[in-house]
Amino acid sequence: MFPTPIKHRSPALQILYKMAVPLVLILWLLPMAAILLTSARGNADIISGNYWGWPSEIKLFENYGEVFNPERSPMLLYFRNSLIITIPSVVMAVFFSAMAGYALAIHRFRGRILLYALFIAGNFVPFQILMIPVRSMFANLDLLDTLWALVLFHTAFQIGFATFFLRNFIVDLPYALVESARMEGATEWGVFIRVILPLLRPALASLGVLLFTFVWNDFFWALTLVQSDAARPITFGLQALRGQWSISWNLIAAGSVVAALPSVIVFFVLQKQFIAGLSFGGVKE
Amino acid sequence: MKKETRNALKKWEFRLAPVYFLAPAFTLFSIFVLWPILRSFWISFHDWSGFGAMTWVGLSNYTKLFQDPKFAISIANNVRWLILSLMAPIAGLTLALFLNQEIRGIRLAKSLFFFPFVINLVVVGLIFSWFYNPDLGLLAALGEKMGIEPIPILANDQLATYGIILASLWPQTAYCMILFLTGLTSLDTQVIEAARIDGAAGWNMLFRVVIPQLSGAAFIAAVVTIIGALRSFDLIAIMTAGGPWGSTNVLAYMMYDESLFNFKMGYGASIAVILFLSMSLIIALFLYSVLRKEK
Repeated sequence: MFPTPIKHRSPALQILYKMAVPLVLILWLLPMAAILLTSARGNADIISGNYWGWPSEIKLFENYGEVFNPERSPMLLYFRNSLIITIPSVVMAVFFSAMAGYALAIHRFRGRILLYALFIAGNFVPFQILMIPVRSMFANLDLLDTLWALVLFHTAFQIGFATFFLRNFIVDLPYALVESARMEGATEWGVFIRVILPLLRPALASLGVLLFTFVWNDFFWALTLVQSDAARPITFGLQALRGQWSISWNLIAAGSVVAALPSVIVFFVLQKQFIAGLSFGGVKE
Repeated sequence: MKKETRNALKKWEFRLAPVYFLAPAFTLFSIFVLWPILRSFWISFHDWSGFGAMTWVGLSNYTKLFQDPKFAISIANNVRWLILSLMAPIAGLTLALFLNQEIRGIRLAKSLFFFPFVINLVVVGLIFSWFYNPDLGLLAALGEKMGIEPIPILANDQLATYGIILASLWPQTAYCMILFLTGLTSLDTQVIEAARIDGAAGWNMLFRVVIPQLSGAAFIAAVVTIIGALRSFDLIAIMTAGGPWGSTNVLAYMMYDESLFNFKMGYGASIAVILFLSMSLIIALFLYSVLRKEK
């Protein structure tokens, strides 16, 4: 193990280390703590400029109530839009990519390396090279400024990374299982549904969590494909509300917490899968 | 159904499997990723407002671009992003080494350190804008205690880009840290112990024994960080919208601005093409390293 395990060091150093970890952590998360604290501040603090001290009054429920009150702010609508965009695109991207990954990992056909390379490369291209054609395509289909545009685009774009991810996972599965299912008369679709998909479960969970945060946190495509409140996801909505709330930093803070929360929850609940997913594409080998 | 027909059908199903298994993914990916890339190249040779007909102008978008002072600013800023963002892998490795211990609660500490990566960049941008705010930010409050006049970082054309890059380092460092932590747990303990018996320790051990074993993690961390730096858009849009006086523009933001606000789609496409080509180098490097393992 490197560095040397702390329990082999002098007691003084051990105590120092145990104090240093939370201290560094507090500094590291200071921005987050400030946002959380400010989302509970009352207007008095905001006016008197008390941004960094302890709140003089706790207005947690009032602030979040204001943010979620549909008559006062469209935040609830934005939140709903984000869910409607994120969940179907993650489900579709994962399923289509599992299919594609199966073909790329199990079947040997000409051009499969090229296809695999295209999926990997596509995942890294700058969004700007896609922006103008994608926008005009949706404009021609009359889908600009709808939730459909974002669902379709995110599904398509995430397929690149997802196929790369799942194909690598399927390659490592024991091939004998596929062969024995074939011997028993299963069709390829049958092999995929009954043998591969169940074995993929941990990979699907990891991938699903990752894609959820990628899509939920998207800002660029929301900005370029959507204009009206009816189709705005929360990232873009928050940016828009910032103008309306102006210096009510307690509301902006509460809105930020709401916007960040779903991916944070998904991360903390499915931490193991999330980190396994992040490390899989990369450090494996 | 007769046995022969059933077998024949199954044979066909097997032969067609690659086609129908790939069809949905490949169709969507072609329509929304591959085709738009080619189309952007085509648009970049035209004058186009986004509506009506396109006029062929050859390479003139590119010649204009190379004389545009805003383009020079964007390129310079992209280089700043590229170089400074490489602090993230270094800081990430430092944090990973710091946290690679077994004390009570260390798992929770590791996840909390990773936390900034999960938050979306709109929120990160808002937090840092507020930090830097000369009237009500933490930085100004700290400065006041020490008797320093607050500097409006994001309104200063010399400092704004650095302020945004610093904000981007926060989540990026967290990401690199996780990659290195995973790398550290899979170190070859025998090699480490053997080196330790030979008297290696501290920096010597780190550079000669540990870092070479982390090369996989370091490669991914560097590639993802560089691509992230060249793609940087969200934080700029939220913190400065390219300002003050265009000083925080990068190619990604300039492209968006020229196309959607100045309605110069052809010009915008040519910026996108330049960005795409410069990123292709690093994408090719990554592809090479992945596909090499396939052989």
